[in-house]
Amino acid sequence: MSKYAAAQKQAEPAVLQPTPQPKDDFQEELVVRPLHSGDIYASFQFRTLWETDFMRGNKVSHYRLFPKSLGQVISKFSVRELHISFTQGYWRTMQWGQPYLPSPPGAELWVWFQDSVTDVDATWKELTNVLSGIFCASLNFIDSTNTVQPSASFKPLGIGNVTDHRFLRYATLPREIVCTENLTPWKKLLPCGSKAGLAVLLKSEKLFHSSFHSQAVHIRPVCQDWQCKTTSWELRQTLNVVFDLHNSGQGKREWSLFKMFSRTLTEACPLASSSKIYIDITDNPEQFELSPATSLLSQAMVLGDRRTFSVYDLTQQDTFGSVRSLNLLIRWKSTEGDMLRPLLHAERYVAGYGLQTGEIHTLMYNHHPYRSFPVLLLDSVPWYLRLYIHTLTVTSKGKDNKPSYIHYQPSKDRVRPHLLEMLVQLPPNSVTEVTVQFERALLKWTEYTPDPNHGFYVGSSVISSLVPSTVAMDTNSTRERPLFSSFFPCKEESSYFVRVYTEPLLVNLPTPDFSMPYNVICLTCTVVAVGYGSLYNLLTRSFQIEEPSPGLAKRIANVIRKMRGVPPL
Amino acid sequence: MGLLSDPNRRRALINLLTRLNAPICGMPVEWLVKTMQARGLEVYTQRFSRTLPFPDENKERYMVKGTNVYGILRAPRAPRTEALVLSAPCTPGDNNNQAVGLLLGLAQYFRNQIYWAKDIIFLVNDHDLIGMQAWLEGYHHTNTTGMDWSPLQGRGGSIQAALSLELSSDVVTSMDLVLEGLNGQLPNLDLANLFYAFCQKIGVLCTIQGKLQRNDWDSVSGYSHAVQTMMLMVMKQASGRPWGDHGLFLRYHIEAATIKGINSFRQYKTDATTIGRLLEGMYRKLNNLLERLHQSYFFYLMPSLSHFVSIGYYMPAFGLLAVILLLRALDLWVQLATPPPTTEDGIADIEQSSPGVLSVLTPLVISHLTGAALYMLPIRFQEMAVEHFPVSETEAVVLTAIAVYTAGLALPHNTHRLLSGEGTEQGWRVLKLVALLYLAVLLGCTALINFSLGFILALTLVPAAAFVTPHVPKVLSAFVLVILSPACTLLFSVFFFQELQEMPVSFLDGWLLYLSVISQGILDHFLYGSLVYPLIALLVYPCWLLFWNILFWK
Repeated sequence: MSKYAAAQKQAEPAVLQPTPQPKDDFQEELVVRPLHSGDIYASFQFRTLWETDFMRGNKVSHYRLFPKSLGQVISKFSVRELHISFTQGYWRTMQWGQPYLPSPPGAELWVWFQDSVTDVDATWKELTNVLSGIFCASLNFIDSTNTVQPSASFKPLGIGNVTDHRFLRYATLPREIVCTENLTPWKKLLPCGSKAGLAVLLKSEKLFHSSFHSQAVHIRPVCQDWQCKTTSWELRQTLNVVFDLHNSGQGKREWSLFKMFSRTLTEACPLASSSKIYIDITDNPEQFELSPATSLLSQAMVLGDRRTFSVYDLTQQDTFGSVRSLNLLIRWKSTEGDMLRPLLHAERYVAGYGLQTGEIHTLMYNHHPYRSFPVLLLDSVPWYLRLYIHTLTVTSKGKDNKPSYIHYQPSKDRVRPHLLEMLVQLPPNSVTEVTVQFERALLKWTEYTPDPNHGFYVGSSVISSLVPSTVAMDTNSTRERPLFSSFFPCKEESSYFVRVYTEPLLVNLPTPDFSMPYNVICLTCTVVAVGYGSLYNLLTRSFQIEEPSPGLAKRIANVIRKMRGVPPL
Repeated sequence: MGLLSDPNRRRALINLLTRLNAPICGMPVEWLVKTMQARGLEVYTQRFSRTLPFPDENKERYMVKGTNVYGILRAPRAPRTEALVLSAPCTPGDNNNQAVGLLLGLAQYFRNQIYWAKDIIFLVNDHDLIGMQAWLEGYHHTNTTGMDWSPLQGRGGSIQAALSLELSSDVVTSMDLVLEGLNGQLPNLDLANLFYAFCQKIGVLCTIQGKLQRNDWDSVSGYSHAVQTMMLMVMKQASGRPWGDHGLFLRYHIEAATIKGINSFRQYKTDATTIGRLLEGMYRKLNNLLERLHQSYFFYLMPSLSHFVSIGYYMPAFGLLAVILLLRALDLWVQLATPPPTTEDGIADIEQSSPGVLSVLTPLVISHLTGAALYMLPIRFQEMAVEHFPVSETEAVVLTAIAVYTAGLALPHNTHRLLSGEGTEQGWRVLKLVALLYLAVLLGCTALINFSLGFILALTLVPAAAFVTPHVPKVLSAFVLVILSPACTLLFSVFFFQELQEMPVSFLDGWLLYLSVISQGILDHFLYGSLVYPLIALLVYPCWLLFWNILFWK
């Protein structure tokens, strides 16, 4: 109640003022990063902040910028934090570097509930069904067999001190296919819809003509100001897309807003307090050139690297120039092809052959030349792959690498999946291999999917880590900075948080020949119909000798005889 | 199909192919890596090395070292769960330049398309099958044959289907489909149907076993042509060896086939662009698959590309052969169960009714030991043989094998020396009963896995097993039994195969071919895990020895 009262108190002086300060705020932002491989990465972020309290029976009925559908979800299900992402494609870390917001292929949902929730599982089930409707996705397939409660990998990103993982639920649907029907409801959550602002660029025919597409919604409580006296709700809608140079380039190494989105920008969203485009020009001018040029520059630490951005403020009219439209153009110079060496990188595959057993290999690469760092590995494996946990090995550089923390929850058939969480120290410049053998279960015949020969999916492993930053790695970084600042590595810059998702796995299970039961049914029916039918017919029918029908002459004769009163022939 | 319609692309492809006519093979690894990278693929290499158990004289290799190069075309918006493979072996010399060139051309063309739903792996494998084996073992992280390979860096998920491309000459008139894989495994029939359908659509001459399809099914010559084609398939399948690079994929449950360009000196020539269109069409079809190919047959024989004989038709033929063994066994069982007529004194009867375990077990154990010797000795003793005789390693292995095989014929004497008394009438009956059941089970299992091998073995072994008793004329029967032994079956098969291929050989050439076939069979076992050599040496040959033993029963 106190929080609400505080909010009321803050609002009181506003009443006195002629223009009441709105308690909600909307910002939009587009970051464009030309990638090393020649592809281009566009990341949209739309942030709505609202200073309100959904909790404790507080009926919120007046919505302005914040979407009502999500507000109702938060209050009805006592959600403290909600993160949902829909991704089509796999982020290619080796060519593209780290994404701003990582997400696994398919759908991912993780939710922290308030500690007031008594039956978390039931609430979770209801919530997934509601979200399924809101986002037009198959989230209703989330049930106990693919939900886990990670103990360490997913911590709340907002404020709050509840870290009891009983209130956390995490699920992925690696098979979920993301398309226009998921984009449309996502766009409708925006205050301006797709009518104005950056959202006009979100045309599905271009967004889905790309190498990678990911859209997400993150809801969390954040501090309203630096004192953190009051909290407000933050809704962050993000959309990441990577366009392929080869598919749409026609050989020309040139990108423009129009070419990427088949639209140009003419205005900012009128409801937005800030509307900006950032272009990552750190590699400029060796690799590409940008037009129109802007004098506004901004520096930021992104993923442990100091990047420089050109900033275009859409709220300023002169950004659009004389033609009243902004079409950024990037001309590419560099050559492509060679791989990056991101500091942390992971991959996963199934080893072995045959349909009885197999082995899951997870490889984690630490490319840092001299620093080791710990990573948290989260593996959630469906029950129909029966993990032989005694075969779990972790090796780096040919030696056994003992994890300092292991949390393993065995699966229960048809009830819950395996959950394996490990804290592993990755030695510098090494590959750490985690292997575990499994046996493929034979499912009941109703448990097979309609396309059993496609295989069964195993969701991505999640690797969370604090990675030493590249700036700290740079030993002679005295070029730009004054000498006094460069002796001790700065804390903020020394490491940064990275989450890496491995590829999902497609595993074939022993599959019966499903056409065989059909054949058997057909054969049995035929045998029953022909064999049993005719036998039954023979047994039940009573046979009589039928007199042959008399000829025409005889019949006429009989009629005459009848008329005469003589017995017929 | 866009490949032909775009003249620029067509010119680019032709340019590439003409440039490739300069000898590039002997694996120009760096050039391949650079070229694939320029085409926008993720390129990786894999090094491997393998020392053969003895020198392979056909391909002139002993200590093999090589590098596989593969580039992965990442499908847009696909989560790296499924992949297709297109491979071209890069052999020393410039045999397969055309195929490598076409592969690179296709990679470039495929890269610019947006419809891919599965990653496509373009693999150029060094040292043909050995490289392929190394790559597949690396991809699936298994090691079945003791090869050294460096681990793979990039993968594309589970491989759904694979095609291997071989264009042995610059001029190609027809495309040949090779299906027979390791241990007689075959890909799903739908893969063959797909190939046939696209050849028909594009108008490419397509063959199987190098034989064109004929339309006159009802005529005698047409029928014999089809039988000839099918017998070729039977012989190839029975050999258990991979007849193309695709053969090794089948172990991993990946449907695969080899497509060979053949110059049969016809009027009609097929250019590389047409082959490219054929492959493009096939890959687009495979790309659209939601499930692995599984709807059609895995067990079939093909008398022509558009016709097949399914397992339901050919299995009864084998069943009838196997029934002979069972009936014979039943007959013996009845004979053993009914007491012999008591015309003579009863003491002999009592003796006869208990032949003793030893008299059955001894020949069984000794013949299997001979089989084990046949399996082990040729490789073990090659060095010793080379030291003492003027032969090469390969010859040493093959001749040792033949020597051990022949030495096994002396088995009956050894058996009798071990046995205390004379063999009884009951004794050989029990032994024959055991041998018959053994053979029936052995052939039955073999036919289930590799029908052709089981059938050919049954054709020769079943008559031998049926007629042999100690009471038939010894010399004649011994001759017949030797003629019907597995080694002679192999010899006849070699001649028969050459006859079917319309390349008859003289007896001497046939003998040399026979020797090389034996060495190849042994190599196939050690290099790729083919099971024919151990099957013959450890099971079929000992079983035949049992019958040999019965013939000389005293």
